[in-house]
Amino acid sequence: MTGNMHLGVEEPIRECQYNQICTHNSSTMDTPHTKKKKIKRKWQVFPGRNKFYCNGRIMMAKQTGVFYLTVVLILVTSGLFFAFDCPFLASNLTPAIPAIGGVLFIFVMGMLLRASFSDPGVLPRATPEEAADIERQIDTANGPSGPGYRPPPRTREVLINGQTVKLKYCFTCKIFRPPRASHCSLCDNCVERFDHHCPWVGNCVGRRNYRFFYLFILSLSLLTIFIFAFVITHVILRSNRTGFLSALKDSPASVLEVVVCFFSIWSIVGLSGFHTYLISSNQTTNEDIKGSWSSKRGKGNYNPYSYGNLITNCCAALCGPLPPSLIDRRGFVQPDTPQPVAQTNGTGACPSNQVQSHMT
Amino acid sequence: MATEFHNLQELRHSASLANKVFIQRDYTDGTVCKFQTKFPSELDSRIERTLFEDTVKTLNNYYAEAEKIGGQSYLEGCLACLTVYLIFLCIETRYEKVLKKISWYIQEQNEKVYAPRGLLITDPIERGMRVIEISVYEDHGSSGSSSGSSTTSSSGR
Repeated sequence: MTGNMHLGVEEPIRECQYNQICTHNSSTMDTPHTKKKKIKRKWQVFPGRNKFYCNGRIMMAKQTGVFYLTVVLILVTSGLFFAFDCPFLASNLTPAIPAIGGVLFIFVMGMLLRASFSDPGVLPRATPEEAADIERQIDTANGPSGPGYRPPPRTREVLINGQTVKLKYCFTCKIFRPPRASHCSLCDNCVERFDHHCPWVGNCVGRRNYRFFYLFILSLSLLTIFIFAFVITHVILRSNRTGFLSALKDSPASVLEVVVCFFSIWSIVGLSGFHTYLISSNQTTNEDIKGSWSSKRGKGNYNPYSYGNLITNCCAALCGPLPPSLIDRRGFVQPDTPQPVAQTNGTGACPSNQVQSHMT
Repeated sequence: MATEFHNLQELRHSASLANKVFIQRDYTDGTVCKFQTKFPSELDSRIERTLFEDTVKTLNNYYAEAEKIGGQSYLEGCLACLTVYLIFLCIETRYEKVLKKISWYIQEQNEKVYAPRGLLITDPIERGMRVIEISVYEDHGSSGSSSGSSTTSSSGR
């Protein structure tokens, strides 16, 4: 007990009493198990609506059902191809076919898992001091508000490469969103360079995993076309020998593969084409849907992020540097640092320098 | 400079946190990581303008180096793509290497320049690369001349 020495003579007696209570308590609870406070990792107190696996190494959205469907579809179709069509094709045409198919399959699965499991570029929420500082700046900029006065929306304007861009204030994360960032309502996080939330991948697609997502759909298009083409080849070659119906009876799996591939090709190849257009013009799906840089908005409206050159845009998106994760999922929560406000308040931030309760 | 500390340990033990100053991002060049070099008024009496600007400019240069798109980043990207990005289990990316340099630089600046003036810089990576947080400390012994959080800090744009 420090700091209470300035009271009177009664203090020593009180101190003795305190000591007695202390020893009494500590003796009943004095086990090494409860004495050491359990230190949590940051992913365990993460305020967004994400799911974490492998002690914070894997990060996904809350709803992952469609992701498992994606994995099953790819695994089953590819498995059937390797099991039923490849033996015939390898022996009758060339063993390069299963080899190339294998490489494509591994690449597709690798890119899918990388896109699904990595942090898309989530922005951590503001610390209480940061939120208070921003609130102060907004209040100063807006001026005093009267009883019936509605304050203007919280925006900041920035001039980027000659184009005026509005930065919006996020009420959940209590930050001014950087340009191209957006708040995903499904995951309840602000994501940098937000493209879209993809249920097939089970995660948001943002700055850190856009290239994995793009390579996934591109390689999946190639794999789907590859399987489709060679299954048809297989059936044709068999039909030449034994007739069409008996060919189908000999390899029934081919029918299933053709059906799955036929319906997938339209959507996946179409999506790859769309994203190739987005990459070459350096836009996100979000911006394209809103028409942010469309010339319809105004004569002087152009995309300030584009490098002007198609090839540079592609290279920057796919081969640019990979930024690190900003949320430090596996780091330990420091017991004396204040945690960012986890719930949204209708009235704005109430800054506090004390440790917030960890559980949301 | 009323308060004088000899090292970071002394700062943390004998000083109390008075205020935090936030240096915001400068988005005029797009989404690249760059911080504003505008000198905040709260630090007027604590540190020389040139020292502060030097620190921020050096940090901006480091971030520009990390995010540079050129031959080396293309090589790294292509190599990683060919190995299905498994190569990053063995080596660290260029960005991570530069971040380590930045963290070393900030620690050096804290020890040599900022702690003797009662200030402490927090690495921006710990604040989501949004702000450079500068903690302003006041000595326990000195009178409460700290600029409290209710002053009208007009750093509006």
